[in-house]
Amino acid sequence: MGLSWMAWTWPTATFFVVVVLSIVVMGIWERFSPGGNPRRGIFGLDTTRGDRLFISWLGTGFINLGWLAFYGAPLWGGLFLSIGWFIFVFRYV
Amino acid sequence: MNKTQNNKAWWLVVPVLILVAFNAFIPLMTVVNYAFQETFGDNVFFWEGTTWFEQVLRSGRFHDALIRQFLFTGMILAIEVPLGVGVALTMPRKGPWVSVCLVLMALPLLIPWNVVGAMWNIFALPDIGLLGYTLNSIGIDYNFTRQPFAAWMTTVVMDVWHWTSLIVLLCYAGLSSIPDDYYQAAHIDGASRWAIFRYIQLPKMKRVLTIAILLRFMDSFMIYTEPFVLTGGGPGNTTTFLSIDLVKIALGQFDLGPAAAMSLIYFLMVLLTCWAFYTIMMRNEEQ
Repeated sequence: MGLSWMAWTWPTATFFVVVVLSIVVMGIWERFSPGGNPRRGIFGLDTTRGDRLFISWLGTGFINLGWLAFYGAPLWGGLFLSIGWFIFVFRYV
Repeated sequence: MNKTQNNKAWWLVVPVLILVAFNAFIPLMTVVNYAFQETFGDNVFFWEGTTWFEQVLRSGRFHDALIRQFLFTGMILAIEVPLGVGVALTMPRKGPWVSVCLVLMALPLLIPWNVVGAMWNIFALPDIGLLGYTLNSIGIDYNFTRQPFAAWMTTVVMDVWHWTSLIVLLCYAGLSSIPDDYYQAAHIDGASRWAIFRYIQLPKMKRVLTIAILLRFMDSFMIYTEPFVLTGGGPGNTTTFLSIDLVKIALGQFDLGPAAAMSLIYFLMVLLTCWAFYTIMMRNEEQ
């Protein structure tokens, strides 16, 4: 049984590799500074690093969908907004 | 108490992870792959980029289904939550009637979705169904197979009939955890019925009620079988909710790409709702 039914492509595989890598980075980060750095951010939410990663990824999904709905391809604008969102969430939320 | 920190316990999670990988991660990854490609069968795929996402996000059909979905979920929550709380408040706390009430309440929950749909379909048929025939006999023109309003009402009432019990049972569990002392104290203070509800019963029910609303939201947001059996999404498209539309696109038209893109959008919305409810629940627990 091959994996042809899963219809892998390089872009989608890269996406999943990046998601997995982000979780691995979280693991390494936890090793060097355990506890997850819990805090209450500007939205009044109690978050740890893991929560912030989740919020970042979830937000990224909606940012890119919004970009596609209003501007369409290519997604570079959505990508830059997403990076900005990641930095914002990890810094302030 | 000293908690033992031992990360080796994480290995016990491995079987679950393998199971979840096969029934959730791998299918989800496949859906992601399909969402960016076009296929005409035979495992031959053509790269399409973000075309399907743009198409789905801008299609009136998706917007309409989404609006219908939110309207339906909003309606059933607005009816089922107050009704469920109300019924739970009137149920007896002691005596032989407790078990009778609980069994009666649990009955609709035990009936499979497709049976509920079939039951209500027959029940509401204008020519032979008890409900449909009665309504028409007393002069109300009712036919859920051709009137959008009638189809909506029947679907909503069917869902209320099927699922209000869940809210009742959860709220009843919350209510029975309140000790009698609370009521005695309220009685001595001369608290009104409303004050007892507002300051004793509602706070005690808050946690179970949040879970009940989350469950009802998720379940009604992905509702498929009951309206599919009852109305088939019709008349026209008036009761075509998100999941019915999704199946029409994926299996009816065999448009796997757009269907996959729509599933992912659907999935993100569900994920956001789950996260929001989880955050609210965790906050309630801390208080």
